[in-house]
Formats: sequence, C-alpha cells, structure tokens
Amino acid sequence: MTPRPFRVDRRTEEYPGAFTLHLTAIEQPAPAFSPGQFNMLYAFGAGEVAISMSGRPQQLEGTTVHTIRTRGLVTAALARLQEGEQLGVRGPFGNGWPLPEAKGRELLLIAGGLGLAPLRPVIYHLLHQPRPRAIPNFRLFYGARRPGEMLYGTELQAWSHEMPVITTVDHGDSAWSGEVGVITTPLKRADFDAHNAVAFLCGPEAMMRFSIQMLLERGMPASAIYISMERNMKCGTGLCGHCQWGPNFVCKNGPVFCFADVQNWLGIHAL
Amino acid sequence: MYNFVLQADDLDSLIQAIRAQGYEVLGPVVQDQAITYGPVACASDLPRGWTDEQDRGHYRLKRRTDGAYFGYAAGPHSWKQFLQLPTRPVWKAQRTDHGIRMTEIVDEAPAVAFLGVRSCELHAIAIQDRIFIDDHYRNDSYLNRRANILTVAVNCTAPAETCFCTSMQTGPRVTLESDLALTEVIDGQEHYFLIGSDSYRGGQILNSLPVKPATARQLQLAEAAVDRAAKEMESGSRQFDSGDLKELLYRNLDSPAWDEVAERCLSCANCTMVCPTCFCSTVEDSTDLSGETAERRERWDSCFTRDFSYISGGPVRADTRSRYRQWMTHKLASWFDQFDSSGCVGCGRCISWCPVGIDLTEQVARIRELEEPS
Repeated sequence: MTPRPFRVDRRTEEYPGAFTLHLTAIEQPAPAFSPGQFNMLYAFGAGEVAISMSGRPQQLEGTTVHTIRTRGLVTAALARLQEGEQLGVRGPFGNGWPLPEAKGRELLLIAGGLGLAPLRPVIYHLLHQPRPRAIPNFRLFYGARRPGEMLYGTELQAWSHEMPVITTVDHGDSAWSGEVGVITTPLKRADFDAHNAVAFLCGPEAMMRFSIQMLLERGMPASAIYISMERNMKCGTGLCGHCQWGPNFVCKNGPVFCFADVQNWLGIHAL
Repeated sequence: MYNFVLQADDLDSLIQAIRAQGYEVLGPVVQDQAITYGPVACASDLPRGWTDEQDRGHYRLKRRTDGAYFGYAAGPHSWKQFLQLPTRPVWKAQRTDHGIRMTEIVDEAPAVAFLGVRSCELHAIAIQDRIFIDDHYRNDSYLNRRANILTVAVNCTAPAETCFCTSMQTGPRVTLESDLALTEVIDGQEHYFLIGSDSYRGGQILNSLPVKPATARQLQLAEAAVDRAAKEMESGSRQFDSGDLKELLYRNLDSPAWDEVAERCLSCANCTMVCPTCFCSTVEDSTDLSGETAERRERWDSCFTRDFSYISGGPVRADTRSRYRQWMTHKLASWFDQFDSSGCVGCGRCISWCPVGIDLTEQVARIRELEEPS
C-alpha cells in the first residue's frame, strides 16, 4: 500500500516537543475512520510512523488530524514540516474504540499524557450525540507529567463545562491548583457504578495497568475495560511481524483491545 | 499418484521439458560447500552423489557411495527467498513542483519451477501462503510470485540427524499438492524415479517424458524408501509429541529454561534467516544525494535484533531471553492463534545453522522437564 500525499494545512504547538498537524488530502478525500484507529504518516525520505487520529470522526472536507511527540528520526522530520508542505498518509488501520458497548452505560475515558490524542475523537463523538444521547453519562480522567504537558489546554477547559473532566499532574507548578499525583487516586474515589460502566484507557502501559487494577477493585468486569496498545508498527497490515504482542498483531487485532481478551499478556514483562 | 517411472539417466529430460514450458528451473546446487538453491540448466548441475552431515551447529557436505540426485536433507537455503524476496523496492517518492508523489514499484514475477521441494518445504510454503495471501491484507509481490511457480516435489529418503518432520506431521512423504512429485529409488544397478502429477500443467510435462508405467515392485521399493526415512526420524532423539506445544509454552513464559538458553544464544538471527516460515520484514527509507527522490525498500528482519521491538523509549524486548522466548513461542504457540497451524515444519535448519548449537527440540524438552507438576 502506497501513501497518498496530504498537505499540512495547520500546525499547532501543544507544548515544546508535541504538535498537532491538520492535514488535507491532495487527490481525494481522506477515508473515514473510527475513533481509535491510526494512520501511517510518511515523512519524505525519513520513514513512516504510526499515529492515531485525534480529530473529528466526521472529518471536514477530507482532513485528518494527528498529534505527535518528537521522539525519533521520523517524528523529528514531521516536526520540521511547515504549513503548506506535504507528507504521505496510509490508512486508516486497526480497530477503534467499541462505542456501541457504552450504549446506555456510563463511559469513563482514562488518558495519560499523549494518550488523550486517540480519545479526543471519542470526546467529539460523545459531545455531538443527537439527543436523547445513546451514551448519556461520560467523564474524562486525564493525567499528565506537568501542567505544561497537557494536550489541548483550551479544549480541556471548554469540555469541562459540558462533562466532568478530572485532571492530575505528576509534578505541579506554582500556577497549578489541581490535584498532584497519579490518576488512580481520583479514579478510586470517583462516584460511578462500576457494574454499569465501560472504560476506555490510553496511556503508558504502567498507567493503564494500575488504572485497570483500580477499576477491577471497584468491581468493573474485565470485559468492560478497553485499552489502546502501542508497539512498533512498520506495515500496519499484520505482515511485517514487528507489533506482535503474544498472539496479537497490535496493528490489525488492535490497537484497541478488550482487557478480558488480553489480560494474560498485559502483565508479562518484555513479551 | 506415482504411476510412472523415469530412468535416472533421463532426469535431464524432465528439466528440459520444464524449461521448454517457459520456466526457469531453480533447484539444489553445490555452492559454498553447502547444498543451496540456484539455477539448474541441466541434470548435471544437481548435487549428484552428495549428501550432508548435520548436527547442532554443524553442516558438512559428504560424498555418497551411490549416485543419488536427491540424497540429502534441507540446506541453509529455503524457497522463501524466491517468494518473499530478501530485499525489494516497495515505492519511490519524488518531490514535485507542488509537493511530493509516491509511486508503487510493481514486482515482476518470473515463471519459475522449484525442483526438489521436500514435504516440509511444501508445508512451509503453505504456511507462508496463509500469512501473505489468505489473511486480511495481502503481500502482492509474494502473491504474484507464488502464482507463477511450478513445483516439482521430491519425497524425502535421506533425512539429516537434525530433521524432525515426523514430530511436526509435515513429512517425509509428500502429501500436499504439487505439480509433479518424484521418489528416487536406487535398487542395485537400477536407478530411477517414480513420478506422478497433481495438476494439468504437471500432467502436460509428464506426457512429454520418456516414462513407463511403474511395476508393483517399483512402487513398493519407493514406498519402502520413504518409510525408511520416517522410521529413521521416529527412532531418533528429536522425535517428540508436538500435540500440546501451544499450551506447554503459554504455561511456561516464566520458565527458567529461557534464562538458560539466553546464556548461550548470541541473538545472531541465523535461525530466523534459515527458517522457511519466518516472515518478518522491515523497511528502509533513503533519499538520493539531491534529496529530490526517495525510495522505500523492504527486507527480511528478525525478532532477534534490538531494533525489532523498538518503540519510543526503547526496545520492548531488550534482552536475549525475551527475544528467544518470542521466537520460539511464536513458532510453536502463538502461530496457532494467528494462522491456525504451527510455524515450525521440523526441517531442522535452525539447529544446524545455530552457531552455538541451540536445538529447538531440546529446548522444548527442557521446558517440559523444568515444568513443576501442577
């Protein structure tokens, strides 16, 4: 599968080292995607990297939005792209968040750091549901390392007027009046019916493991917990073998998994 | 299906008949002191009178006392190299006046005949078919090449010490479909092949050969030769019950056996390179000096390299223990979940070509031995 050219329409800095690209397809509209799916972004001559969609599920005029942190050669090349310049896009790939599972129940979104990006399309979906809402109750738990490393600051503010948004940071600063610590603390005391709720988690593996432990302690069944996994993805099509995690190819069987299906693998170091 | 007899002196007529149909014939040849696969223009290119001596980390060519054409087991090559190319260009990218353009590079698949495919190798090809053709996404380069292959199978009558196809139910008798299939028989002064065809293409070639209907004795001798090979392996040290491998390995992801093998394993990736089913690949992107043209190439990769599992922050499998565990557990366990079969065909290549002589069958036995009775 060959990448199609997309143009950078808008580039916004989230915080130093993290940025969001708003892309428009040059030839034909970007294909529709489900929240939680990802694209392979190709920086000319440098290579590809798997990045989830973080824009609206019903994309406007063939645009796609990706939030990226500069970590290696390819993301550094993507970071250098100016508005008007082009990159290649293949996708969408993988299975997204199972929104129908949350119908009539409460949906907990639990994000850590950059893990908010693949959940933002879910938030857009939830806030724009026709009324009466199929998923009436939902809230966001979001933990970041520092106040300055929170994604989508303005939007977080706006969302907090429409839904409960609970944020924590590992390290506060003088301007931070919110909670300091791990996300499991507010999760522990939050008032929700664990037997009638569904949770979508995305963040560092350790953060997801501890959050799952908390949810299980609260009485949530393993089958109501969904996680988005990260592994090395080269092809996106389950053919290159890199993203294997136990019997799963994260690219085609994931990146979103039901915890009940993968609980045997999640705790095993270096699997 | 082996209803005809082709005299060994007429083997060349088979090669020429295949060539006459427009196929390039690839088959076993002696190269670099090993039996490898390469172009075969005539019967005298074949390793007649050669055999191999194989053991853990050991491969030597030896002279046979007879003039058998196919009197050896699997060497370092597999047919994989002609179907899933070791390296190939995937796309070209170019800067244009307005932006960039990516163009797929279509792989031209030549018409090729594989001569001397063993049963374990037919199984290996069938396993790769399930990965590259039958799954949700396809590898078009593989698919096109696969569609242009004519297979001439040979029943195995000379297994090596390292072979364990009888444990994996993949040989030595050819049971999967091939265009033509042979069994080599040497009976005193008599030297001939039982030959039969499975396909229309194979039948057409067979019809043009100087063959005679097989006698009952000839059929019997051919059967006995394959039976002997099976018995040889069944009574060898590498025969084991593979029925519960998936459960055994899934139960033992924390076995001390992984620590033991990591003490010896060099993480060199030889086992994955010689394995006829290992399919992992990576891609390399490059630009020319002007920066105007870029290319993406795909090449074989191995789960034994450090970069293989790299994600932001470092490799998931940072040590040899986790890489060996990944390789062996994938081959013998998770492959069943992914592709409904084992990923191992029992060809023994990984045993012979391991520079420190790690033996997959011994590792299975060791895991079983260390498993605490529950």
